[in-house]
Amino acid sequence: MSSVNIVPLTKPRSQRGVIWRQFRRHKLAVASAIVLILLAFVSVFAEQIAPHDPNAINSSYSHGKPQPPTAEYPLGTDNFGRDYLARTMVGMRLSLIVGVTAVAFQLVIGISIGALAGYFGGWIDNLLMRITDIFLSVPAFLLLLIMAGILGGGLLSLIVAIGALNWMTVARLVRADILSLKEREFVVAGRSIGVPAWRMIVVYLLPNAAASIIVSATLAVPSAILTESALSFLGLGVPPPNASLGNMLGEAQQWIRTSWWIWIVPGVAISMIVLAFNFVGDGLRDALDPQLRD
Amino acid sequence: MSRYLARRLLQAIPLLLVISLLTFAIIEIAPGDAAQMYIDPNKGTDPAYIERVRLSLGLEQPVYVRYLGWLKETLSGDLGFSFRTRRPVALEVGDRLPNTLLLSGVSLILSFVIAIPIGVISALKRYTLLDYVLSTAALAGISVPIFWVALLLIQVFAIQLGWLPASGMSNVRESYTGWLANLDILRHMILPTVTLSLAQIAGWSRYQRSALLEVLGQDYIRTAQGKGLRERRVLLVHALRNSLIPMVTLIGVSVPTVVTGAFLTETIFSWPGIGRLGVDAVTGRDYPVIMAVTMLSALMIVVGNLLADIAYAWVDPRIRYE
Repeated sequence: MSSVNIVPLTKPRSQRGVIWRQFRRHKLAVASAIVLILLAFVSVFAEQIAPHDPNAINSSYSHGKPQPPTAEYPLGTDNFGRDYLARTMVGMRLSLIVGVTAVAFQLVIGISIGALAGYFGGWIDNLLMRITDIFLSVPAFLLLLIMAGILGGGLLSLIVAIGALNWMTVARLVRADILSLKEREFVVAGRSIGVPAWRMIVVYLLPNAAASIIVSATLAVPSAILTESALSFLGLGVPPPNASLGNMLGEAQQWIRTSWWIWIVPGVAISMIVLAFNFVGDGLRDALDPQLRD
Repeated sequence: MSRYLARRLLQAIPLLLVISLLTFAIIEIAPGDAAQMYIDPNKGTDPAYIERVRLSLGLEQPVYVRYLGWLKETLSGDLGFSFRTRRPVALEVGDRLPNTLLLSGVSLILSFVIAIPIGVISALKRYTLLDYVLSTAALAGISVPIFWVALLLIQVFAIQLGWLPASGMSNVRESYTGWLANLDILRHMILPTVTLSLAQIAGWSRYQRSALLEVLGQDYIRTAQGKGLRERRVLLVHALRNSLIPMVTLIGVSVPTVVTGAFLTETIFSWPGIGRLGVDAVTGRDYPVIMAVTMLSALMIVVGNLLADIAYAWVDPRIRYE
């Protein structure tokens, strides 16, 4: 008797399903994604959740020195008697806003430059890539320092400046993706029936480059957050009295001998946000880009 | 190769020009001008006096004339005088450059020596608990802000344990000579060097891991194993050497990170280097010093990239620059 192998019929998986299944395997990435969602929630409702106004000074309580955590102030206060929990929440919100918007800004520049260079090639490619090379050699942090220190300006100019100095990786990635996609049949076919260039790029090419764009965007958020906090730490970023995790740490320097919460709390908060984004980026890379998986 | 070098150096010129223009422009837009730095507060309110100062500084000239003047003086080696200390900028920079090179050089070597073995172990023990722990630790190392690491180290090793000094480059209360002085500097170097190295070690070990894994998947490794060479020989001679090639480039590319790190580390540890000079110049609006530090940083990045390319051609015979 010949046996018949019965192949069980399974529903073919959608691409999205495959990606989600792959992402779920990375336990730390899933945990980090949940942490980020919670943080986003806390950020949106910071004013409602926080027990005190983050900028409210209570000097009769603090007597010029940071006060340790109590039931009323779960994370203590700083030397002005401002509630450290509320300030940390507002600071985390600021970090998220800076990270996400600066990256959005650098995506706009990077994708435009990379797509134009890759699609049109020739002298346009040459020119745009030379410009990219120049920006790669700019001492970006120093330039940000000078801009923030001399021109001052607020949060918006800080975000724009961080974005304007960090779009080069995205531009190179998009260019490389489009260069290789350009030779594929569907692009040749599209061109031959006269699809205009912008439509070709926006509708057909960029969606195919989405995977690497998403991964690099996720991994760019932490570096934008670290840049802002470093500038604020040096006293050149977000101006007081507004709380940023960086300027909280900068002010904490003088209390490092006496008050542990004052420098532990903001440092842990920054590290947590940055680490979470890095884990999610790692997980997304595993899930979206099979070639990069090691 | 020499033609390639000449071309690369030529390409660096427009880059440096663009950066100097950019910095000059930022300073130009800033409210107030250099005259304020020279005004004697006792006579400061007299408009005629202010006008004289402005004239003597050449501030009445249009901006492009002043830029060209700065360019000409800089190219002839005259960097001007610091607004804050009134000393020549060349001296200010020259005094501090060796300290920065010492700090960042030692930290680069230290990072390299530590990161390579970690990456190799991770790659060889791939998907084991050890690899998992090392990879996660590396990701954590990249995520922790360098200035917070510095505060942690100060808290533990300088304040709690009291083993190491928290700031400066030498003990000001003692005047050591000879090898004792060097030992004193070494003690002051430990915490800033470790701070600067941690992020580097984390990033590079991840990179070394994937570089070695990629090489281990190559055909020539299988051939080497197939002809019966001992595993250790295959690993050390065939695999490791080739996996170091991309690392060479990485070190050149890391120069901007090291420069950024130096600004933060030197400020926190009061290390008398270029980074701290730059931060002080920005907060004190010391424009001549700002220009000099910016140009020096850009030059360091250009040279770093160039050295990486040369080293790349040197270790990898397949690479030939035309």
